[in-house]
Amino acid sequence: MRRTLIGIAIGFFALFLVVPLVVVFATAFRDGVVPYLRAIATPDARAALKLTLVAASIAVPLNIAFGIAAAWAIARFKFPGRRMLVTLIDIPFAVSPVVVGMMFVLLFGAHGYLAGVIHTKIVFAVPGIVLATAFVTIPFVARELIPALEARGPDQELAALTLGATPWQTFWRVTLPGLRWPLAYGAILCTARAIGEFGAVSVVSGHVRGETTTVPLHVEILYNDFQYQAAFAVATLLVMIALATVIVQRVIERSR
Amino acid sequence: MQIRIDHVSKAYGDFAAIREVSLTIRKGALVALLGPSGSGKTTLLRVIAGLEHPQQGRVILDGADVTETPVQKRGIGFVFQDYALFEHLSVGDNVAFGLAVRRVPIDEQTSRVRELLARVQLADLAGRMPRELSGGQRQRVALARALAPDPRVLLLDEPFGALDARVRAELRGWLRRLHDELHITSVFVTHDQDEALEVADQLVVLDHGRIEQVGAPAEVLAHPASPFVAEFLGGTHLLRGDVRDGVASFGGLSLPVAGTGPARAFVRVVLENPTRQVGS
Repeated sequence: MRRTLIGIAIGFFALFLVVPLVVVFATAFRDGVVPYLRAIATPDARAALKLTLVAASIAVPLNIAFGIAAAWAIARFKFPGRRMLVTLIDIPFAVSPVVVGMMFVLLFGAHGYLAGVIHTKIVFAVPGIVLATAFVTIPFVARELIPALEARGPDQELAALTLGATPWQTFWRVTLPGLRWPLAYGAILCTARAIGEFGAVSVVSGHVRGETTTVPLHVEILYNDFQYQAAFAVATLLVMIALATVIVQRVIERSR
Repeated sequence: MQIRIDHVSKAYGDFAAIREVSLTIRKGALVALLGPSGSGKTTLLRVIAGLEHPQQGRVILDGADVTETPVQKRGIGFVFQDYALFEHLSVGDNVAFGLAVRRVPIDEQTSRVRELLARVQLADLAGRMPRELSGGQRQRVALARALAPDPRVLLLDEPFGALDARVRAELRGWLRRLHDELHITSVFVTHDQDEALEVADQLVVLDHGRIEQVGAPAEVLAHPASPFVAEFLGGTHLLRGDVRDGVASFGGLSLPVAGTGPARAFVRVVLENPTRQVGS
């Protein structure tokens, strides 16, 4: 009985996780190391990597700031609309990313509702990609922090106040350090998703090569061009980011 | 510091935690707020601290109205029931916190922390993290931390509640001695009458958000102001009887009283030398 179960688990794991990983790397290195490096080093690939990092480095800090503010408000204060806010935070999880992308096109596109108000090009340009990335990654930090703050209760913060700390000192010296593990955890999940996001970014991107393609979009373009080796070579970058995320997660879980 | 509470009321929704409470605590006293759960004792303590804002009434510390003064500026030290130590800071940094936020020079902080930890007999544990300490040790760290900024009044919420009986007894005596050395006005909340009687100079007995009696332990024991106080302090028996011709009779016991009708008497049996009685 036990052997059967373990056998099924390992078989499933091998079939759905290990085999695809092996295939990705095997295809990427099919023609040797030099073509692999060449595929990663093309100007388009480098531009895609740069855009991905730019989008993530704007979206992640934004959502860390939002997540801390929202979690603090929800866990420490009672105000009208509090439950509504908890529900709203989850919307990016619930809505299909494609719909998110279409929403931004509808709002900011050439014939969008806000086209007359905002004159910067947003859709089919870098700002749209940053916006879409930020939107789909909203919940990660807040979702980690709310239960952590609620579980900890307000007493440490009140103690800081009785010791003469100002509200800001209390926040920086007590609240934030107390949240460092859930915050790191949420930030890592947020980063992984920001880098890997495909659907919403695909809709707003317009696929202008070297300008509005992120790494996942670049992989798709190469794949559709039948450049399998190059597509998988770039895909290894995403796989390695995913593996690194899982490893860092494990480290954080162990140290908290 | 003298503490004056003037007609203070605080309600949570429909629940009136304290109603029209007035109380004066003299400078240097060690006072117990005693009562069953829900009597409002913790709310009263938190109102004095500034952790709760009363809907009505005033809090006056040394003659100054602090009702609208935020907790940081009241010069109080507060020991929370579950200690509320900063889990991410070492014992030493916990004690130094109140000095660090006031930007006290580092060397001054170090010497003050050393002095306080020695006073609470934890001199060797400055480098430990709170999670590595026992309950009694955490309690003493919380106390040292509250004392560090030199508060004018020390407020303690159920200071011995979460500890086992032996550590409790030890800490009681120890709090009493600490108070005798520092003479800092101290108020602690407890539901344990023995604890209150043993440690405090003055008892404030509360029930249902009102003060039932204020007085020295011996005085409250000898002359309980109400049936509630008599019963709550324990060792009291209720006798029921009738009043006839100015004499109330309860079985074999007769007492002269005015009026007529049914009567109740609260009787406490006092042993002349309790320790010897218990020992034999």
